[in-house]
Amino acid sequence: MAGAAQSMGNDRIALGAPVARASAMGACTALLRRDFVLAWRRRGELFLPLLYAVIVAALFPFALGPDPELLARIAGGVLLVIVVLAMLPALESMFRADLEDGTLEQWLLAPQPLALLALTRVIAHWLTTVLPLVVVMPLLGALLNLPVKVLPVLIVALLLATPLLALLGSVLSALAAGARRSGILMALMLLPLAVPVVIFAAGAVAAAQSGMPYIAPLMWLAAALVLAIVLAPLACAAALRIAVEA
Amino acid sequence: MLSPPWVKGAAQPLPHNGWAGVLGECQWKWGRIAERPGISENMSRSYVPHFMHWLGSPPNFYRFAGAWRPWLMAAALIAGAIGLYGGLVLAPPDYQQGDAYRIIFIHVPSAWMSLFIYATMAVAGLIALVWRVKLAEVIAMECAPTGAAFTFITLVTGSLWGKPMWGTWWTWDARLTSELVLLFLYLGVIGLYNAFEDRRRGARAASLLALVGIVNLPIVHYSVQWWNTLHQGTTVDFLDPARSSIAPSMLWPLLVMALATHLYFFASLLGRTRTGLLSLESGKQWVRALVDGQPEQATGAPT
Repeated sequence: MAGAAQSMGNDRIALGAPVARASAMGACTALLRRDFVLAWRRRGELFLPLLYAVIVAALFPFALGPDPELLARIAGGVLLVIVVLAMLPALESMFRADLEDGTLEQWLLAPQPLALLALTRVIAHWLTTVLPLVVVMPLLGALLNLPVKVLPVLIVALLLATPLLALLGSVLSALAAGARRSGILMALMLLPLAVPVVIFAAGAVAAAQSGMPYIAPLMWLAAALVLAIVLAPLACAAALRIAVEA
Repeated sequence: MLSPPWVKGAAQPLPHNGWAGVLGECQWKWGRIAERPGISENMSRSYVPHFMHWLGSPPNFYRFAGAWRPWLMAAALIAGAIGLYGGLVLAPPDYQQGDAYRIIFIHVPSAWMSLFIYATMAVAGLIALVWRVKLAEVIAMECAPTGAAFTFITLVTGSLWGKPMWGTWWTWDARLTSELVLLFLYLGVIGLYNAFEDRRRGARAASLLALVGIVNLPIVHYSVQWWNTLHQGTTVDFLDPARSSIAPSMLWPLLVMALATHLYFFASLLGRTRTGLLSLESGKQWVRALVDGQPEQATGAPT
């Protein structure tokens, strides 16, 4: 009798208490906070892509000669390629640690939609590893003698193109997470998908450089980004399920 | 060739026949169609699914593929010989390009195949992902090397054609670039598949990559219409033949060559799938029976 009453009481508590079930928003916030804390604890690693970008940007004047006009002409495209290459190593390990320590299995078991968690991870990844690259663009632009009037267009193009690349890369990263080796594989898989992104971003920068209207390629990038925000997490979730299942 | 058990004898009468059912049955019993009244009634409700399920089993597909492959390959060789003769000998020289245009009879069918095989791979990959059909996984993965080969042939022949016509081996034109991207997509699928220790997981991951990459297909196909580039525009338009700008004397060898490459692809796919099934199913009962010398392996061991 007492036991029944006890269980009834428990039921009432379980049904009535909102804390019993974490909301999707709460899960995303917790995930974001966890990723930020982890990134902060290993903040030395955050500088590696920046260092890589600076080194590559510094190599170009050595290889091509320090002619300012030549550098100004190629700077926009070179910086785009540098950003894509600097993103690659970090993209590869987006889900690897979580797969190894079993976190991904908890993601699959969680009541929150897997795609939403994947999107949160992409956002955290972009904020911690890619955004610093965009922030140092003025410095890199100065190194390569990028015209100052082009710089805002380049930054807007990067702000649209890098989330798009991160979303595409998250799908590939989830696909490659279960593979034995994925170093060059990631580059091989990302290249075909990155080509249109680079074309439109470089198109906007080149148009701005020659004084032409540059809105259209930026609009294309924005449209692709909107599409990718909706579709890429779904594909990423499907890829994560393949990676986790034995 | 073995007949499936459900067409043998009258013990298992077929409840619904229809055109789809007839098509399925044609491969097994030619003579029985005439005996069936009302062929178009009752479009098959259970016949084709039966056939597909029967074919989806690896040992059955292994025998089916072994029986069809030599015929398809022979038909491909004959069609290829006719198409090449028609294209290289019978077709008149182009008024502008002279005899140099004749590479079209290799280039264009290969280009069509590079898209067609990718679509085939993506459809098989979708089936593999949704219904977990083992055979579909093997088929999707065995499509990729052939598709990559046709894409490579397209790029090489295009390059050979471009040198005398455009004066350059390569140009960063929209269609050339998107075809190159298609090659990298194929290589990515092959690479991802081989990076997994568990081949079935690798096949599913690579199938998903193939589905993601399918956005490139319309870009390749419409690139010459969307962008005004060095590559010539659409010459053969199947949807609107009036818009085609190719002479009939040049068109028919081209279509015969396209038929030959399709036949070759299917023949090669069947052969590759046989090998893939053997290595995936090695250790299973039917493979062991095959190795032990059952009569079935007389249909020709895959090379």
